[in-house]
Amino acid sequence: MAKNKTIIRDFLAKNIVIILFLLISGIAIPYSQYSGQHLVQEVVTRLGRDSFLVLALLLPVMAGMGINFGLALGAFSGQIALILVTSWQVPGVAGMFLAMALSAPISILLGSLAGAILNRAKGREMITSFVLGFFMTGIYQFVVIICMGSIIPIHDPNNLLLLSKGFGVRNAIQLTQTKGAFDMFFDKLLGVPISIGGVHFPLFSFVIIGVLCGLTVWFRKTKMGQEMRAIGQDMGVSATAGINVDKTRIIAMIVSTTLAGFGQLISIQNIGTLSTYAGTDSLALYAAAALLVGGATVNKASIPNVFIGTALFHLMFIVMPLAANNILGSAVIGEYSRTFISYTVVAASLVLHAWNRNRDKERERLTMSNHG
Amino acid sequence: MASMQNFIKKVGIARFIIAAFLLFMLIIAPFAGLRLDLTISDMITRFGMYSVLILSLIPMIQSGCGLNFGLPLGVIAGTFGAVCSLELQLKGYAGLFAAMIIGTIVAIIIGYLYGKLLNMVKGDEMMIATYVGFASVAFMSIVWVVLPFKNPHLILGYGGNGMRQTINLDVYWMNKLSDILVIKIGPYFKFQTGMFLFFALMCFLVWGFFKTKTGTAMTAVGSNPDYARAAGIDVDKIRTLSVVLSTVIAAIGIVVYAQSFGFIQLYTAPVNHTFSTIAAILIGGAAINKASIKNVIIGGFLSFGILYLAPVVINSTIKLDIADVVRLLVSNGMILYALTRKER
Amino acid sequence: MALGDFLLRFENVGKEFYGNRVLKNVSFNLEKGKIIGLVGENGAGKSTMMKILFGMNDIIETGGYEGKIYLDGAEINFQNPMDALNAGIGMVHQEFSLIPGFTSTENIMLNRELLNESIISKILGKKLSTLDRPQMRKNAEDAINTLGVKIPPDMLVSEMPVGHKQFLEIAREIDRKQVKLLVLDEPTAVLTESEAEILISAMRKLAERGISIIFISHRLQEIIDVCDSIIVLRDGEIVKDTPSKDVTIIQIAEWMVGRGMGGEKQKRAKSADNDDDIIMEIQNLWVDMPGEYVHDVSLKVRRGEILGIGGLAGQGKLGFPNGIMGLFPAGGKVVYNGKDLPLNIPKKSLDAGIAFVSEDRRGVGLLLDEPIYWNIAFASMQVHNKYLKRIFGGLLLRQEKEMRESAKQYMKQLEIRCTSENQKVKELSGGNQQKICLAKAFDLEPELLFVSEPTRGIDIGAKSLVLEALKKYNKENKTTIVMISSELEELRSICDRIAIVSEGKISGILDAAELSTNFGLLMANIKLDERKVDCNG
Repeated sequence: MAKNKTIIRDFLAKNIVIILFLLISGIAIPYSQYSGQHLVQEVVTRLGRDSFLVLALLLPVMAGMGINFGLALGAFSGQIALILVTSWQVPGVAGMFLAMALSAPISILLGSLAGAILNRAKGREMITSFVLGFFMTGIYQFVVIICMGSIIPIHDPNNLLLLSKGFGVRNAIQLTQTKGAFDMFFDKLLGVPISIGGVHFPLFSFVIIGVLCGLTVWFRKTKMGQEMRAIGQDMGVSATAGINVDKTRIIAMIVSTTLAGFGQLISIQNIGTLSTYAGTDSLALYAAAALLVGGATVNKASIPNVFIGTALFHLMFIVMPLAANNILGSAVIGEYSRTFISYTVVAASLVLHAWNRNRDKERERLTMSNHG
Repeated sequence: MASMQNFIKKVGIARFIIAAFLLFMLIIAPFAGLRLDLTISDMITRFGMYSVLILSLIPMIQSGCGLNFGLPLGVIAGTFGAVCSLELQLKGYAGLFAAMIIGTIVAIIIGYLYGKLLNMVKGDEMMIATYVGFASVAFMSIVWVVLPFKNPHLILGYGGNGMRQTINLDVYWMNKLSDILVIKIGPYFKFQTGMFLFFALMCFLVWGFFKTKTGTAMTAVGSNPDYARAAGIDVDKIRTLSVVLSTVIAAIGIVVYAQSFGFIQLYTAPVNHTFSTIAAILIGGAAINKASIKNVIIGGFLSFGILYLAPVVINSTIKLDIADVVRLLVSNGMILYALTRKER
Repeated sequence: MALGDFLLRFENVGKEFYGNRVLKNVSFNLEKGKIIGLVGENGAGKSTMMKILFGMNDIIETGGYEGKIYLDGAEINFQNPMDALNAGIGMVHQEFSLIPGFTSTENIMLNRELLNESIISKILGKKLSTLDRPQMRKNAEDAINTLGVKIPPDMLVSEMPVGHKQFLEIAREIDRKQVKLLVLDEPTAVLTESEAEILISAMRKLAERGISIIFISHRLQEIIDVCDSIIVLRDGEIVKDTPSKDVTIIQIAEWMVGRGMGGEKQKRAKSADNDDDIIMEIQNLWVDMPGEYVHDVSLKVRRGEILGIGGLAGQGKLGFPNGIMGLFPAGGKVVYNGKDLPLNIPKKSLDAGIAFVSEDRRGVGLLLDEPIYWNIAFASMQVHNKYLKRIFGGLLLRQEKEMRESAKQYMKQLEIRCTSENQKVKELSGGNQQKICLAKAFDLEPELLFVSEPTRGIDIGAKSLVLEALKKYNKENKTTIVMISSELEELRSICDRIAIVSEGKISGILDAAELSTNFGLLMANIKLDERKVDCNG
């Protein structure tokens, strides 16, 4: 009987975040008075839009570096590439793929830098990547406000990209030529919108996401994947076995940053507008919250966590403002609530992770002493 | 030449560069069309506004809890105290001190809980503090919307819509501290003596605390927790105490800031001060587990000086608004530097 | 015999660390397929020998070694452990090098996984080949079966009992196709008796396959049972190199500690001859200190005596004082001056008048970033409210001047070499740092003082000064001292009685003037018969 109690307690302790989350969402959904079909459509759209970014978080978690709060670095590569591609007026899918190809080398550079910095801050990776994200925001703004149009030539005949003074990018850029390039790819090809039961599926985006999932599964089976799993659990033992710990960590960051770049591009083409200066501050937060809500922890995350989490998280995100408005008479409370929930999900997961880690150390010590 | 090198090494290369840059900006300023007396006055005032907030970081650093990324918690406490004092219609010195006292009481409660949390997560304090801070600010924002206060200066419209974003203090206790013994030279230069005297008082209290038996123990805990434990000290209790102290001083600090700024800022404002404050004490030479009042003064002056001066001068000369860029690069760069230094 | 007949040959190997000689003229041969036992006290040189063989960093960075080593006829001088591994030398340590979330198979094959080549891996690099898990599993099973144990190849290490983990470590080494020589460092320490038997027969099997083994252990019976020949190290030199046939345990113990007779040492004027006045009684103490577990220690400490605690490394002698002072989790019963002493609360032990100089100078004993006078005065300030002045009827303020004066006195008394009492402790030499730890303990004016490894890592001059200071303190202040040390001779020079800790328990207490051999036997956990033993507790 006592054993059953501890099993229940352990289950609660491990999953308290998801449970509370489901509880809150469960209450909010009916109160939001959204129709089922509307909600499904929203979730499908956002899965297509945002799950790539969440997938980008997987490798650093596997490598023991925790949540890559510096996801924004990849987003910056993607955005810079997109600005250039838009200025060259390359349309549609070609434009998107070009932007991806262009963002890759920038991401590799930034990812290597991030990896090197995190190698100097072992044990403090998350706070360091968090601060690094903001530092890079400064560099990005420097590039975009000052360099673009002056040192970096931007072809802008219709004054859509640059400010009137001739350099510096505008706040918002309409992506007339690349909006929906991925989402609507098959739709354009077939000539008819792809939808099931009234819900539109951005099929091509899902295809790309599917490819990434396949690659992730394959990667885990490779030697490099095995090395990453090893260093994620014990850097000392891995080093003794001859694995190059530092290099493997840098590779994890490079891949994460590059994927973040692609993910941001997918996200932006869905929205259709590039907000040059806004949105990157909470990028990592929302991706992390989604991953953690999906059942991942700071040192263990898998593909199901990504999709379950993204769906659940965005569901909550959508319903909160209206639900709060209907229950409490204020949509503003709803907005603050969803911010609060996002932060709390991450904070609670971090606390659980630290607490469990300390508890595991205790357990390890006890097993060693009971032998004789 | 050798003595110059020694000087740089003693002062620290980061500080030297920033100080040199600051001096350079000051020299350019008149040529950029800026009045030197106004500029210097504003620079010094900026430092004064943040001085107590920076000071609040010391207890947690000394006890080994790390850089207080949970500063918003103390700021929330102080802001709440300020708002309460306005709701009670207290003006002048009464209002100012009521804000500080109420803020302190709330800060003790919040700080105690925050300290207990940090003790549970030793090793990950900074990241968790950051997110707890953000979550609390979001939570507090909800509170601001529902709080049934009546003072028309505080609330939007006629009630039922929550509090305003910024609340004007000119009727209540704006500059009440700053104006004590204020020194005015010409129409532009204003040295807010009162505020600096208060800062000096707080410094004295902090300095005094670290000379006591408990304060000495706190320093040891941050220097080597195993040593402290072997000497019989209750490490967790000392850490919790340091968190309470930091939160209380931060609460007082935001009141000092608000009275000089002239406004109380609610909702998401409390998160804005964290990074620049932490960067300031780091620029002043603090380490992740060791900070002194000297670090607060030098760092505060240098970092807030640069954060204010560089954008203003550059804007006047090249007509480019890069305040954000400078803030992001300087503050975060300094924190990155501290995080990536090799421990002992 | 020609060089090529031996697998391993050491020729006049020596090592000096900054003027401290730890190994001298070590020469021996090991044939293929033979097992050699390596026996010696702590500090005798065993680990240094193995570090040299393995090309460890701290050997290379301190000037390398003297002499030559030959492996399979060719001279070798490994510059890092990977080279030694690739040349066919495997080493199994006491600290497990296993990834907890990986299976047996994954751990055995760590960084040597079998790969499936593919087009992708041909273009982008070998690291992107997938793992051939079925074949890896088979290899792991083979290795495990060779050892004669039953460990599921898919079991996670985190779920394994300790014995399994030890075998896994060995399985990993023998899976390497080119392994020629295996070094086993105390492999039976964590095994039960039956597991140890399995290991012994596994070793014989490996030897039959042509793998040579160096077996380091303090369990002398095992050494005699399984080894073909035995080397005994003492003070850095080989004092005996013999085939194991007909060797007895007592002989080995003798060789280990030397023929030091009692009586040569000047008989100390004993302060306590009997158990009439006991200052502290310990009953069934256990301590969870990683690497130095105490399982069941019972002991009576006589008032005013200097009691030594000796034993081999990892046997538990260090866990003993750490447990009593509350630094590591402990349980059992401790009675101090007739009253129960609560465990696990450092303050209680300190308040009771007990002080401790830890073996972990830099980790626990000192505040490296603070000045000397802080380090000396801090403990007594916190425990006894020394150097504090009460003001406003409540606050206690630190009196820096008195702290400095006190520090200056100790600096003079213990001859601490430094620039001033303001110097940061991290800048001092090991010997001077140790003196500061002593000063801190003395300043507490304890009734009972535990000192752990007081002369470890310090120069000769400082060593004698520290020991003299302890003797003097005991004589002048009547302080009872319990000294824990790896160096038997040191203990014999100042202690009245010496207890030996082996495998977490007291294996015996002898008068300090007893035959060294007897101490050696106690260290090897051999019980002495009643005639020779003066055991209590």
